[in-house]
Amino acid sequence: MLHWVAPYQFSWLAVTVFPLAGILYGAGMRNLRRRGEKIGYWRPFAFYLGLALCYTVMHTRFDYYGQYLFFMHRAQHLVLHHVGAMLIALGNLPRFWGAALSPLPPGPGKLLNRAMLPVRFLQQPVSGSVVFVGLIYFWLTPGVHFDAMLSHNLYLLMNWSMLVDGVLFWMVLVDARPIELSHLPGYATRFVMIIATTIPQILLGAYITFSTRNLYSVYSVCGRAWPIAPERDQLYGGLLTWIPPAMMELVAALIVLSLLMARESALSPTEGKS
Amino acid sequence: MNIRETIALVFLLASIVVAGCARQGHWNAKNISGLMPDLKFNLTDETGKSVTAANYRGKTLMLFFGYTNCPDFCPTTLAKLAQVLDQIPNERKEVRVLFVSVDPKRDSPKNLAIYTNNFAPEVIGLTGSEPMLRELTKRYRTTFSYGKPNALGNYEVSHGLAVYVFDKTGKARLMILDKQTVPQIVTDLKRLIGESA
Repeated sequence: MLHWVAPYQFSWLAVTVFPLAGILYGAGMRNLRRRGEKIGYWRPFAFYLGLALCYTVMHTRFDYYGQYLFFMHRAQHLVLHHVGAMLIALGNLPRFWGAALSPLPPGPGKLLNRAMLPVRFLQQPVSGSVVFVGLIYFWLTPGVHFDAMLSHNLYLLMNWSMLVDGVLFWMVLVDARPIELSHLPGYATRFVMIIATTIPQILLGAYITFSTRNLYSVYSVCGRAWPIAPERDQLYGGLLTWIPPAMMELVAALIVLSLLMARESALSPTEGKS
Repeated sequence: MNIRETIALVFLLASIVVAGCARQGHWNAKNISGLMPDLKFNLTDETGKSVTAANYRGKTLMLFFGYTNCPDFCPTTLAKLAQVLDQIPNERKEVRVLFVSVDPKRDSPKNLAIYTNNFAPEVIGLTGSEPMLRELTKRYRTTFSYGKPNALGNYEVSHGLAVYVFDKTGKARLMILDKQTVPQIVTDLKRLIGESA
């Protein structure tokens, strides 16, 4: 049992960031309740489920398979950049983390505002979409991928950059605040972001799936977790880069659509009566 | 976010990419300087003596993982490295080839000694307990696993295919891949021995 739960490679980053994120969210829940605000169950549930999933793929035995099988590595990134990140984003971080941190004294408040600059960059529609897809392409460039799989520091940078960027990107798409208050792009722009990020992912996934060349030789050089043929490994990895991420984008599109419809009906409450 | 902030961020990202590329040297093998940690291990050599990386400081080391029952990769790689040594008669005393067996159940120090003597006197067989071997393979981001034994009790061992080259100070420098030829390895090795002489 311990064998499966214990991290393959211990990381201070994982044992610091995950509990901190969870505690901050819990503190936010407490503060909101004290103020008498309604919290509901599903947002905290989504947040903690996402957090647990990301921790599992990063800091348990799963990570061993992620390092020594290409398709398991793709499954790991599917969780970090898509499924887990989307669940964390659905947790509504601005509201819960905000409630935990506010009111901040003006000094640290200003500092936090400065620190938000890269966040705004990653949430701006054009740069956000470019980085979201760019990171996938960058870490899957064969030469870059080789190095990332050899160096522990690069490996951590790869995985954390995917998680952080994933959360920030999905936060834009699923944000349920009225767009006038959130300073985030409107629903039409969000649909464009979804289309703009889906197509390059499908192309890359299909390219890996149908490639007859062994693109990621590092798994042959370093040995695989079990003796699976390299072509199979790459085929499954390609499919995991192609289909589930496209489905996650579809889920995001449905969420944006429901937000749009909720807004429409809120704007015209008398519709049907007139 | 205004234009100035955007330009600053783009510039920052671009300089990170450029800094990453500038590190590459011109080696035939894969340059792993800065990517992998210094050599460190705790194993048993083919005389049964326990050894650490410190025992080989001052030598240029070529380390790789395998097992003596290995049907293809290990003997061909050892033969290739023996050819390399033959082509550097003056420098070969500065070099040791560390053949780390990840099959300690079958590869006793004695078996290892008999096996490595087939190739060159500079080839040294090393092995250890499975946890010690796991620690070393994890350090160099590789792994090994055992296949199912057949009726005779023989089994295959899957292991990494890279030869790791360490300089005299124990720093990880190069990763020799399967596709590298004898002359290419000779060139790299001469340069590496020369630079730290």
